[in-house]
Amino acid sequence: MNLILVTFIILLAFTSYYFGRKKALVIQSSQRLTALPKFYGYYLAAWCAAPALIIFALWSVFEPSIVKTFILQDYTDQNLTKNELQLIYTKVKALAAGTYTGDITNFLDESANKYIQLKGIANSAKVAIILAILIFSLSFAYRSVQKNDRMREPVEIFLKWVLFVASLGAVLVTIGIVFSLLFEAIRFFQAVKIFDFIFGTHWYPAKTFVRDGQPDPELMKDAFGAVPLFAGTFFIAFIAMCVAIPIGLLSGIYLSEYAGRGIRKYAKPIIEILAGIPTVVYGFFAALTVGPFVKEIGNAMGLEVSAESALAAGAVMGVMIIPFISSLSDDVMTAVPQNLRDGSYAMGATKSETVKKVIFPAALPGIVGSILLAVSRAVGETMIVVMASGLAANLTMNPLESTSTITAQIVVILIGDQQFGDPKTQSAFALGISLFIVTLLLNVIALSVVKKYREKYE
Amino acid sequence: MNSFKKNLLKKRYNAERRFQWYGKIAIGLALSFLAVFMFQIFSKGYSAFQKTWIVTEVHYDKELLLIDAESPSKDDLENADYYDVAYKAMTSLDTGLPEEEDRQLIQMVSYKYEAEVKDLLLKNPDFLGKIVPIKLTASDDVDQVHKGNYPRDIPEKNRRVNDYQLQIYDMLNERGDILSEFNISFFTSPDSREAELAGIASSFMGTVFSILVCLAFSFPVAVLAAIYLEEFAPKNKFTDFIEVNINNLAAVPSIVFGLLGLGVLLAVFNLPRSTPLVGGITLSLMTLPTIIIAARASLKAVPPSIREAALAMGASNMQTTMHHTVPLSMPGTLSGTIIGLAQALGETAPLILIGMVAFVNTIPGTPVDPAASLPVQIYIWSESAERGFVEKVSACIMVLLAFLILMNLAAQIVRHKFEKKWS
Repeated sequence: MNLILVTFIILLAFTSYYFGRKKALVIQSSQRLTALPKFYGYYLAAWCAAPALIIFALWSVFEPSIVKTFILQDYTDQNLTKNELQLIYTKVKALAAGTYTGDITNFLDESANKYIQLKGIANSAKVAIILAILIFSLSFAYRSVQKNDRMREPVEIFLKWVLFVASLGAVLVTIGIVFSLLFEAIRFFQAVKIFDFIFGTHWYPAKTFVRDGQPDPELMKDAFGAVPLFAGTFFIAFIAMCVAIPIGLLSGIYLSEYAGRGIRKYAKPIIEILAGIPTVVYGFFAALTVGPFVKEIGNAMGLEVSAESALAAGAVMGVMIIPFISSLSDDVMTAVPQNLRDGSYAMGATKSETVKKVIFPAALPGIVGSILLAVSRAVGETMIVVMASGLAANLTMNPLESTSTITAQIVVILIGDQQFGDPKTQSAFALGISLFIVTLLLNVIALSVVKKYREKYE
Repeated sequence: MNSFKKNLLKKRYNAERRFQWYGKIAIGLALSFLAVFMFQIFSKGYSAFQKTWIVTEVHYDKELLLIDAESPSKDDLENADYYDVAYKAMTSLDTGLPEEEDRQLIQMVSYKYEAEVKDLLLKNPDFLGKIVPIKLTASDDVDQVHKGNYPRDIPEKNRRVNDYQLQIYDMLNERGDILSEFNISFFTSPDSREAELAGIASSFMGTVFSILVCLAFSFPVAVLAAIYLEEFAPKNKFTDFIEVNINNLAAVPSIVFGLLGLGVLLAVFNLPRSTPLVGGITLSLMTLPTIIIAARASLKAVPPSIREAALAMGASNMQTTMHHTVPLSMPGTLSGTIIGLAQALGETAPLILIGMVAFVNTIPGTPVDPAASLPVQIYIWSESAERGFVEKVSACIMVLLAFLILMNLAAQIVRHKFEKKWS
């Protein structure tokens, strides 16, 4: 039904385009045109499609909730909670669709009939309203075509609005992220105190699972302490940076200061391949090759090493991050003005002294920015940790044990079927929002540092 | 020059040389990581492109097939009972075995061997009543033994292939009845619980559909947004806000987009779970900022003289943009889009959250059928304990990497072939 309606609107828009263009040619025989003939077509088509589609979209968004209020009106006198009402509504919908398998009470049956009736009314009303709007807007547009009003400006203004709305898309995504995370997270914090979440040291959400019924509040208090996850996240990120910073920074220095053009041309893109490999591939590599390798070496040295160690995951993550640091620090060091170098050489400094004492300090803000971006990347990395570092949230600082991170726990909680409304599911969103805040802060700082640096030298 | 100064100079030159070496070592390390990595994947994965068959003889006995008709129709063959015929085909390899141990022979071929016996007869109806040679898919364990991935010298009870099966395998191998052929079914069959039957067709189609959906949603919106921000937006607080927003969005961890897909697309809009449609939309939200940034950069690279010339000829702002600036910026925009899609192609975590990890053993035909995607398939298989899946994972990684390399090459070609050089 909806599909037919939309197709109809779009087809009508196309026909009105051709109609408008033809009309312009007719007008041309008697008077001067105000714009190219195709603008007459665009004008009609835009007036045809835009209002109808906007109304259609608004209708589709609001119809379900209006129908829901009408149906649930009958239940207001029964003193039901929000969840129970939701359940009843789902039952009614299922019954109306003929997929309901439970017991059918008279009341439910009545509601289902009412639902079908309301849906029918809504559908015919929608078609009628949209047809009316089509007729109205088309006749309005046709009149101005007949009058040979200016045609190009309104079309261009319309296009500009389309462009503007598209640019709101990115903002809309951000709003979507913030609200979807906040919405569930707030409900989570109604069940679990925010204090227990941020400062608790035990993360064991599976403990709260109770079939039918409310979990014990005492248990809840002790199951959602996110400290082990925060610690694990930064611990693994730290290991990753221990690998990535020396290698990345030295590579960046070599590429920008020592390497000839030939080496630079090939080495840089090849190193950047490391950043283009999907993370799941790194995860597989870490779990299958690096993990056992670390374990073997550790055992040979007489150490207790778990097969899924933070070290393996962190090291592989570090390899993945090398290009972020090497390319960005190469860029910022190349941007350091040549006269700083020349000044240093003129004082008799060697190349490495120039790098260490002049170029590196000058480029430091940019390098710090690139490292912060890399940290934010490491904090948000998921698959390597899920596959290589185990899933039990241990509060440990031993790189040879397994630890878990925020991202890995989100995956663990949400893999498979989820029950919305369950504190365990909601806890994933609470973790998500803490992750979002941390990475956002890192990015904002990094970007502003880099921007300041750029302004200084460019 | 006194000796103290000489020593100092020597020290400084040594430090210089050392420092250069640190740089060389760092680059060498980075490159060798890449090399080790590639070597590991290829050495583990190439054998998955070979499939092992066991050749035996099958007797299409009408009595055992329970076919009564004199000249049976296609339906008769379709409905015949192949159990005994197929069973005999395998057990006839060694007649000396007591009956209750027959299973050991059956375990050497894939559990779908009955269907393979049936298919051969359906393709060649004139085999009815004859004894003909047949190729049966070897089981995962025999396959691994044949490829040499399975150590034979560990104690029997720790082995999935017992001594008797090894003996039969050696006998068959000597007779030349173990065949290795190019593994077409790896590309044409969907996922399976059995390593020897599992293929990437379902996840490949899932990936293709998600990428197409992603392209359809993100490309138009991103290009229009970029045009607005670069060509029309007034310089004010609000456009600054949009700009900061886009830059930050580009660095949001991908898993957060998965939460968005779960919390909004599935929970609020009730889109079908586990489908490439939802996966594609989620990925498109992620690629949106990447494409916007690329499109803006390439719009910025169009020299102002083009705009000025068009305006001087009396074109309106909109006409200048749509007829001149945008077409000239398209190569850069397109190559940025391809790179953004390549990033989306390798994403796993958001797809896991919206349920694209479900076990799918059919090949999806539309974007609203449940499906996995290639990276998710890698994840699913690598979680599997069976040894045969290790080479499958590596092979799947090779396919994924090949896909990515092709896309990046395409981006390079678009950029270098079609982009105009100004200056």
